[in-house]
Amino acid sequence: MKELRLMKGNEALAEAAIRAGADAYFGYPITPQSEVIEYLMANKPEERTGMVVLQAESEVAAINMVYGAAGCGKKALTSSSSPGMSLKQEGISYIAGAELPCVLVNVVRGGPGLGTIQPSQSDYFQSVKGGGHGDYKLIVLAPSSVQESVDYVKLAFELAFKYRTPVMIQSDGIIGQMMEKVELFEQMPRVEPDYEWATIGRKEGKPSTFVTSLQLQAEEQEKVNLRLQAKYREIEKNEVLFESHYCEDADYLLTAFGSCARITRKAMEMARAKGIKVGLLRPQTLYPFPTEEFNRLAGQVKGILCVEMNAGQMVEDVRLSVNGKTKVEHFGRFGGMIPNPDEILNALEQKIIGG
Amino acid sequence: MTEEIIIAGFGGQGVLSMGQILCYSGVMQNKEVSWMPSYGPEMRGGTANCTAIISDEQISSPVLNTFDTAIVLNQPSMDKFEDAVKPGGLLIYERNGMTRKPRRTDINICAIDAYDASVKMNNTKVFNMIVIGGFLKIRPIIDMENVIKGLQKVLPERYHHLIPLNEEAINKGMEIITVEHKLN
Repeated sequence: MKELRLMKGNEALAEAAIRAGADAYFGYPITPQSEVIEYLMANKPEERTGMVVLQAESEVAAINMVYGAAGCGKKALTSSSSPGMSLKQEGISYIAGAELPCVLVNVVRGGPGLGTIQPSQSDYFQSVKGGGHGDYKLIVLAPSSVQESVDYVKLAFELAFKYRTPVMIQSDGIIGQMMEKVELFEQMPRVEPDYEWATIGRKEGKPSTFVTSLQLQAEEQEKVNLRLQAKYREIEKNEVLFESHYCEDADYLLTAFGSCARITRKAMEMARAKGIKVGLLRPQTLYPFPTEEFNRLAGQVKGILCVEMNAGQMVEDVRLSVNGKTKVEHFGRFGGMIPNPDEILNALEQKIIGG
Repeated sequence: MTEEIIIAGFGGQGVLSMGQILCYSGVMQNKEVSWMPSYGPEMRGGTANCTAIISDEQISSPVLNTFDTAIVLNQPSMDKFEDAVKPGGLLIYERNGMTRKPRRTDINICAIDAYDASVKMNNTKVFNMIVIGGFLKIRPIIDMENVIKGLQKVLPERYHHLIPLNEEAINKGMEIITVEHKLN
C-alpha cells in the first residue's frame, strides 16, 4: 500500500532515500537543506534497513566518502546547498571520471559566494555544464513538487546504476522547505553489490578490479573520454523528461523548471484567463535537455519566455535548441528573490507579445 | 474553493504549526494543500510567517504576494501584510500588543482576544488554536471533525490526551471572534 503523508520536500527526499534501499548517506548541514540529514538522523535508518548515515567533518569529506562507497558498488548519496556543492565539485569530477554511480542533491540557495539562504536556481550552469573539471556530464533531475522530490530519488538511483554515472537532483529552497501531500513508495530492499566493476574483494580466477580517474597515458585517457561521450549520447537518446501544459494550441510559450515552473504555471493560467494562448514546457531533466521538443514548438509559437530564479542560464540551452527559429527572451529574479506571477505575465506581454 | 492564507506573528506564537494544522485538516477533507514557511533570517529575528493554501484544485504556486486571508498576531506582521490582502478578502488580528487598528476599508476585518482567552483557560499554549477557531468561524472551509483528525496527525501520540483541550480552544475562538468591518 502506498502511504499518503504531508511532508517537507527535504524530509520526503530523505525518507525516499531510505525507502529506495540506499546503503549510505554522507553529508554536512547547510540551510536550506539541513532537514535531509536531520530527518535521517532522527529516523535511525540503521535500525530500519541497515543504511549508514554519517555527518562528515566537511563537504569535501562527505563527497569522498560517497566516492569510496560507490567504488564498492554501494548505493550512496550526499546532499548540500550551493556553497557546499561548490566544495564537492572536485569529488564529483573524480566520481564521473571513475564511472561510478551515486546521487547528489543540491537544494539551491542564492549566490554567488556565501550568498543568501533564500531559494534560487543560479546553480543551473554548475549542475548542467559540469561544475568540476573535465568533459563530464551529470544527469540532472529538477523536481517541482514534494512528490517529485520522492519519485526522483528512486529514479536517480536507477539511472546512476544503469549508466554508472553521478545523478544530480537539483531542488531549491522552496521545494525543500514547503509541505505538500506526498505518496511514498514501498520500502525497497538493500542489495548486496555484485558488480564486476565494484571493489568488493578479488574472486578466484578473476582479475582484480581497480577504481581510478587517473590515466597517465593520453591515449588511455582519450579512450575514457570516448566511452563517457558514448554514454552521454545514450543518455540523451533515452532519458529526456519534460511536462507540457497547453502547448498544442499555444501562440506563445513559457518555460521554467523546478519551483519556478509552479509560479510560471500560475502566470500561464492568468494569461489564458485573459484569452492569450500560452503554453508551458517544463524540463524535468535539465541534462539531457528536451532539445527536440523545444525545436518542434519553435516552429509553432511566436516567442518563448524562459523564467528562472537566476540571471539567465537555462535560456542559453533554450536558444541553442531553437536555433534562431523563434524569439527567446529571459525573465529572472535573483539572489534569493522569487518572481511573482504578475511580473511573469507582465514580462511575457512586454518582451514577447509586445516586443 | 481556494483559500490562500498568510499567518504571521512572533516566533513561539505557534504560527508555523497553525498553518500545518490547517493543511493537515485540509488533507483530511480531501483538499489539495501547500504550506510554505518563512525560513529566512527574519525568523531568527523573532518574527515568523507561513503561507497555507487549501484548495479543491491542484495548487500551482506555493509562494504568493496577495492573500484571501491574513492572520496577523503582532504589529510588525500587520504592517507587513495588511496591504497584501486581496480586495474583498479577510484580515484577522490579535488585539493584544497591537498599537493601531487596521486601515483598509475594502476588506473584511475581524479581531480576536486570543491571548486573554488563553490566559483565562490557564494555558497560553492553546493561543494559536483559539485563533484557528476564530478563523474557521468566519471561513468555515474545514469541518471540525477533520480538524480533530488533523490534530491527531500533527501531534505525537504522547500528546493525544491534549486534543480535547485543543477542541475546547477552537470552540472558544469561534465564540469570541468579533467582526469589526464587514463589506456588504
